[in-house]
Amino acid sequence: MTGTWTLVRAYLRRDRFFVLWWWIGGVLLYWSQAVSVIGLYATQAEFDRAADYMGANPAFIALAGPARALNTVGGQVTWQASAFGAILAGLMSMFLIGRHTRAEEESGRDELVRSTVVGRQAPLAAAVIVAAAANLVLGIAVALSLVAVPLAAADSFGLGLGLTATGWVFTATALIAAQLSSSTRAMYGIAGVVIAASYVLRAVGDVGNPVFTWLSPIGWYQAMYPFSGLRWWPLLLLLAAAAIAALVAVALLSRRDIGSGLLSSRAGPARAGGVLGGHGFRGGLGLAWRLHRGTMLGWMLGMFLVGLSYGSIGNDVEQLLGDSDFARDFMIQGTADLIDGFYATAALMLALGASGYAISSVLRPGAEEVVGHTELLVATDLSRRAWLAGHVAMTVVGTVMVLGVSGLGLGLGNALVTGAGDAVGRYFWLGLAYVPAVLALAAVARLLFGLAPGQVSLAWLPLVLAVVVMLFSTVLRIPQWVQNLSPFEHLALVPAESLSWSAVLAVGLVATLVSFAGQLAFWRRDIG
Amino acid sequence: MRGVVKTFGSTRALDGLDLQVTPGEVHGFLGPNGSGKSTAIRVLLGLLRSQGGTARLLGGDPWHDTAVLHRRLAYVPGEVNLWPGLTGGEVIDLLGRLRGGLDEKRRRDLLERFELDPTKKGRAYSKGNRQKVALVAALASDVELYMFDEPTSGLDPLMESFFQESVDQLRERGRTVLLSSHILAEVERLCDRVTIIRSGRTVESGTLSDLRHLTSTSVVAEVERRGDAATGLGGLAGVEALVAEGDRVRFEVETASLDAAMRVLVGAGIRSLTTQPPSLEDLFLRHYGERIEASET
Repeated sequence: MTGTWTLVRAYLRRDRFFVLWWWIGGVLLYWSQAVSVIGLYATQAEFDRAADYMGANPAFIALAGPARALNTVGGQVTWQASAFGAILAGLMSMFLIGRHTRAEEESGRDELVRSTVVGRQAPLAAAVIVAAAANLVLGIAVALSLVAVPLAAADSFGLGLGLTATGWVFTATALIAAQLSSSTRAMYGIAGVVIAASYVLRAVGDVGNPVFTWLSPIGWYQAMYPFSGLRWWPLLLLLAAAAIAALVAVALLSRRDIGSGLLSSRAGPARAGGVLGGHGFRGGLGLAWRLHRGTMLGWMLGMFLVGLSYGSIGNDVEQLLGDSDFARDFMIQGTADLIDGFYATAALMLALGASGYAISSVLRPGAEEVVGHTELLVATDLSRRAWLAGHVAMTVVGTVMVLGVSGLGLGLGNALVTGAGDAVGRYFWLGLAYVPAVLALAAVARLLFGLAPGQVSLAWLPLVLAVVVMLFSTVLRIPQWVQNLSPFEHLALVPAESLSWSAVLAVGLVATLVSFAGQLAFWRRDIG
Repeated sequence: MRGVVKTFGSTRALDGLDLQVTPGEVHGFLGPNGSGKSTAIRVLLGLLRSQGGTARLLGGDPWHDTAVLHRRLAYVPGEVNLWPGLTGGEVIDLLGRLRGGLDEKRRRDLLERFELDPTKKGRAYSKGNRQKVALVAALASDVELYMFDEPTSGLDPLMESFFQESVDQLRERGRTVLLSSHILAEVERLCDRVTIIRSGRTVESGTLSDLRHLTSTSVVAEVERRGDAATGLGGLAGVEALVAEGDRVRFEVETASLDAAMRVLVGAGIRSLTTQPPSLEDLFLRHYGERIEASET
């Protein structure tokens, strides 16, 4: 274990901003639930009524957890935040462990460190200490933020420390994943599946056979019942599981060589399939498809599920929102019909989410350029235009697909809950209506890539602006001209407003022109 | 390339570079790290836009005629980075198809000779194996011009010698090769002509024998009459660093005076003779060593 503390200090130095953002995110998740619930309902009777509706909806229970004491602020916070908080702590732990173990081995930096006076277990021990501390701070910060609201201190700490222990379990499972896999990607894959499976098991258990809930660490966390008869013993289950999994990981580490995993990386095909390669534009398209398809399918699945969950809120919107003006303003963007207004807001949120895919797909060719792939390709008969055109096509096709399936999820979710089959037809196109606006954000990113490839990460700022305009335009009194910078402002809030084809075409035209300007700039600049 | 200039911010990466490669030759492009070799090759590939001078490649303009020119060349970068999710075999096929097809038989032979497993994913290859993937892809396609940027920096000696054989075969088939390197033995072994650059500027260019005129041969001889040898050599122009001890003389002699020096030694009665031919190493040291000293004083 020699050198562990030196490594811990080095890791903390590297991680200080990384963990800071996760802490801020976690605290906001819990604290904002408390604050928003307090403002939402004018009377306790109204709160009781909303709680009854929520607690009777199996879709909500599957999404969030067992419905307990939903007519109290603490009960609401626990219900709305604990499952997602557990996922957040799980992801933070997974990335912390990954970047200090598997990623370091893959890059060869681990070799350099291990050649110095450092014990065999030291890098792993240091990673565990850092991840454990990060989870502890997260849990305590969440608890303190809830005490400050103010909510009951014991229950607040139950909710916070339960989160810490859940994070520790996922820290340990990520550690096992790091020993099994031989690449960082595969490690995140395994650890991510463990987190996802924990979430799904408790969802199945909460609406069906409770046995499944008891197979999931997230289920144990929620079984602590904060704010509804807090009990501490499930915390012991979490601590025991974390300890056992960590011991397994240590045992596995001593059985493997540094740099390799217990599962060897699979061999792939010796020859390229028909998709790869080809002349001109086809050559660029084939490779771009191969590089984007995994991300694209992942986004499609994720956004479909988000759409499904929004859709499954069904026509209960009215009861959920109660009579609070604030809730109405926020949730339905000031439109007349409540249900249409809710779906318009949901579609807008889905579109903002899909912008994440669009912008990241634009950044992909930049990443290819930095590592030298572009140089290798453009030195062949593949022209730089055709190379970029392939990536542009994947941005456009992927955006349409992601928005398409998220709208489909919205319609299907509604149809499943209300039993009205025509809901699919009514809502599935809502996502597609935002294609021009999402592509406009992608086009700004493309322009940056063409003109200033070093500053391309600024491409996320317009999305941040669009989100801020949507959430806070009335609260912050953002001037109209700033709001107009968001392409989403110019499109109709379908289905609450009727679709404006002229706006769709105008935003689409601007997006096309800006994207083309970016491509033109790339054609003329240096590569590499 | 004639007088080509390329700047990045305030650094002048290429500062009036001249480089001429004639068809059918293997041309060595020699310079220390950071001297602008890769930048010059990237200008020739149309990846970078030159800011002065003229650059012509296979009779075309490297920036404007990329589409036509790239069909006729194959390129292996110095630092090969592969897609983590694609196998070596897939990358070879991809690059081959993008170049307009590759020779199936040669692809098989090369994979075998380079002992490369084409089913491994890009992230699983070592540096040398990544380089082999790019080399196989380039060598398996039949083009006029091959450009290699420090191609053997990750290869083991066995693979290095196989690469050299492959270049010999290209020469026999009448192909043109531009090979950048800082490994002198490699350039000496492979190249017909050499261009040496430093700080983005051409220092020397010519055939190896041209360049050897600029260097000297070092000679160690055991002679019967040391006095005769020492006085004779001492009077010769072009002999330097003369040391006589016991019955041995050691000296450096310019190629032009080699004949005269030998006559002196024959006159003094040679018992044994060791000569060290001028290597590019000396050339390199002389050029860079001298210039550095000159600029420092």
